[in-house]
Amino acid sequence: MSQLEVQGLRLSFGGLTALNGVSLSVKSGEIFAIIGPNGAGKTCILNCICRFYQPEKGKLVFENQDISHLAPHKVARLGIARTFQNIELFQGMTVLDNIKLGAHVHLRSGFLAGGFYYGRAQKEEMRLRSEVEDRIIDLLEIQAIRKKIVGTLPYGLQKRVELARALAMRPKILLLDEPMAGMNLEETEDMARFILDINEERGVTIVLIEHDMGVVMDISDRVYVLDFGTKIAEGVPEEIQHNEHVINAYLGGSDAAFSKLGL
Amino acid sequence: MTAISNDIEGKPLPLLLQRNALNYGDQRVALREKEYGIWQSVSWQSYYNHVKDFASGLKALGFGKNDKLAIIGDNRPEWLYAELAAQSLGSIPLGIYQDSILTEVAYIINHSEARIVVAEDQEQVDKILEMQTELPLLEKIVYTDHKGMRHYEDEALIYFPEVEKLGMEHQRQHPGEFEKTLEGLRETDIALISYTSGTTGFPKGSLLTHRNMLKMALNLHAVDPKYENDEFVSFLPLPWIGEQMMAVSSALAIGFTVSFPEEPETATADLYEIGPHVMFSPPRVWEGLSRSVMVKHLDASWLKRVAYRLAMPVGYRMADFKFAKQKPPFGWRLLDGLMYMLIFRALKDRLGFGRLRSASTGGAALGPDVFRFFHALGVNLKQIYGQTEISGISCIHRDGDVDFDSVGKPIPETEIRIHNPDPSGVGEIVSRSPALFQGYHKNPEATQETLRDGWLHSGDAGYINESGHLVCIDRISDLMRLEDRTQFSPMYIENKLKFCPYIVETVVLGHRQPYVTAMICIDFKHTGKWAEDRRIGYTTYTDLAAKQEVYDLIEGEVVRVNRSLPEGARIKKFLLLYKELDPDDEELTRTKKVRRKFINEKYVEEIAGLYSDRASLDIESVIRYQDGKTATLRTNLQVRTVKSPEEYATAGRVSWWKKIFGR
Repeated sequence: MSQLEVQGLRLSFGGLTALNGVSLSVKSGEIFAIIGPNGAGKTCILNCICRFYQPEKGKLVFENQDISHLAPHKVARLGIARTFQNIELFQGMTVLDNIKLGAHVHLRSGFLAGGFYYGRAQKEEMRLRSEVEDRIIDLLEIQAIRKKIVGTLPYGLQKRVELARALAMRPKILLLDEPMAGMNLEETEDMARFILDINEERGVTIVLIEHDMGVVMDISDRVYVLDFGTKIAEGVPEEIQHNEHVINAYLGGSDAAFSKLGL
Repeated sequence: MTAISNDIEGKPLPLLLQRNALNYGDQRVALREKEYGIWQSVSWQSYYNHVKDFASGLKALGFGKNDKLAIIGDNRPEWLYAELAAQSLGSIPLGIYQDSILTEVAYIINHSEARIVVAEDQEQVDKILEMQTELPLLEKIVYTDHKGMRHYEDEALIYFPEVEKLGMEHQRQHPGEFEKTLEGLRETDIALISYTSGTTGFPKGSLLTHRNMLKMALNLHAVDPKYENDEFVSFLPLPWIGEQMMAVSSALAIGFTVSFPEEPETATADLYEIGPHVMFSPPRVWEGLSRSVMVKHLDASWLKRVAYRLAMPVGYRMADFKFAKQKPPFGWRLLDGLMYMLIFRALKDRLGFGRLRSASTGGAALGPDVFRFFHALGVNLKQIYGQTEISGISCIHRDGDVDFDSVGKPIPETEIRIHNPDPSGVGEIVSRSPALFQGYHKNPEATQETLRDGWLHSGDAGYINESGHLVCIDRISDLMRLEDRTQFSPMYIENKLKFCPYIVETVVLGHRQPYVTAMICIDFKHTGKWAEDRRIGYTTYTDLAAKQEVYDLIEGEVVRVNRSLPEGARIKKFLLLYKELDPDDEELTRTKKVRRKFINEKYVEEIAGLYSDRASLDIESVIRYQDGKTATLRTNLQVRTVKSPEEYATAGRVSWWKKIFGR
């Protein structure tokens, strides 16, 4: 059954139509990849789902609840977490603090209680810390950097920290915007492994935007191809790799397509 | 002997564990592992229970006396549970270095005829599964970390706690069986096969008995005591005899606490948190620490930097008093006390040495400069000399009797002799003690060669100096003579070079050649930092090692070393290698010792270049990754000729003011 439904999404900036009636449906527990050339509107879809952008038309349904008009923080609380194409971490804070911030929507203690750090606030903090250690730091293998300042870390690790922060939101569905961009082969392999772990062990649904076709074809259950704000294909990776529309529209010629689609 | 009753003499190691469990129960911590960011403790009782359960589980799987159990993985409590469990059954454990490549792992498993292997995680399991068709005797693979293992359905795989569960069930059906098996153990049973990937050829497995391991621990303890309340951090590979000596036999005999770091990368931070009393590491660890202090102090605030520069000469002076066995004059002691409060205390604390009482280095020779450096900081570092074949140790410095060119005196019950000395007293070092091994596993020829008339022939050249200390010069096979018969020790020159913070490894050459040369590997981290500070752009290791500026930097260091060497032994030419030496390429042993023979064969072109007139060489080289993949690397390698030290301007006299307050 579908966990997230996007129906007839339309978004434009001035005269430029970014999304033109996009509909897609993500099933619970799958890895759903969105691919397409630059400017196809991939990130716009994520921004609409997280409610950063207000679409002109269309409906967003998450677990049978219409979220088309919910505020971003409420969407987050429902269990929709994301990472960004360009890293959006607090550069001057430690890795641990950044991650814990991700759980902020779930914390109950107020400003004063947190400030004085007594009783329930203290207990809640301790519980959060052990959850972060147990379920996130260990999973993503970032023990060695938990006390490091984020700004001093290499790019690949910052990406991992961003994923960690998204996980701290205890998401049901995770929107990943180019998690492998700018990574070397080893870092890419690590990231792919983490995504699979999160998906299979935690049962978190993944919506993935990625340009590395090798990864997309390897780990996705279904692939959705977007061009100029409209869908041109949708299906399992093998279908997409051999789809004529995709090869022509998305990559220009069949020669280039063979290398870029990981054939 | 302190704090050790005589009742442990003659006991096999598992019985020591049983005794500790009885004496300390849940009151004292035996092992500690950092997990989920928190130090998790294992009491002696629970240590014993784990060993008992795992041993019974192995038994239930049909594993028994004289079977072999291979263990591969990072330092974790499960490593020790598995080792002690195997010993409890009268079967024989053996460790495989966790960074070994596929073929090495397969060789050792086959050679030892191991039926079960305990592999830490997915990475290690993958290595074994990939070689499975070539491992006919292997029946079960026990893994201790289930992360990433959900899709593995191989029938040979079983999860560590599952084995323990089988064991508990087995105990219910056969109560008292485990204790009975323990009583049946003899101290002369084999307790461990210690595989050493010698500097030549295939690894050899030394057979060590319980008596060997215990005797070694107790005799070392007699001259370098440890206490129940001591802390020890186990971060070096457990297959190494030195780590076995501390984390297994000494810990069981004395009852101190062994802590395992969270991950190999966090070892330094974990060391700092534990603040051990006891530390035993090979030279590369001490060299690494001294390099990082020397480089990092440049980044400290102005005040700290000046304090460091003021304090070090005082520390060196105090160290020299100590080596000369003189009582320092009152003024120096006062100054040293001040410097201790000002900086040494804080610096030692940062390194995790705040409580360090017994620090030793062994496994290879440590250069005198690094040795002096730690004594200057006030760390009472001692040299240990020994081989795996004698359970790790035969000589150590005594307190107050430390110097940097000897390796100290024999420990109790140990005899050291010089075999066939030449007129100056130099010959092969031979030794014997109750810790002497029983021979190599399935290798009688090598055993006969090494063990003659009950003496262990080390292959090391050395002599006994006037104060009765053993001085180890080098491997006999490594001692070199130039064409004109000038003798020199490459290791001595290499250690001098390695004191430079920018050099991580080096190979000195010159046997039957007209002059001495060196192939040098730069320290990527520190040299990279040096380059960044000077705005020298670089991409990879290879690129950095080819920079003119880096060559100039290293040339300066080579000249510094040349000044302290006799004229004949000075380095005439050197080159900076385009890659670091690596055990995966068989250039180093797993304990990171240089394999000269292999390097001479591999770097033929480079070596020929050092003895030709050419100033640069075009090199094509194959690099191998741990998973068996290879890559080809092409580079233009420069050869730098070093002039005689006198030709270098001595840069004028630098004023003391500048030395201390300058950048």
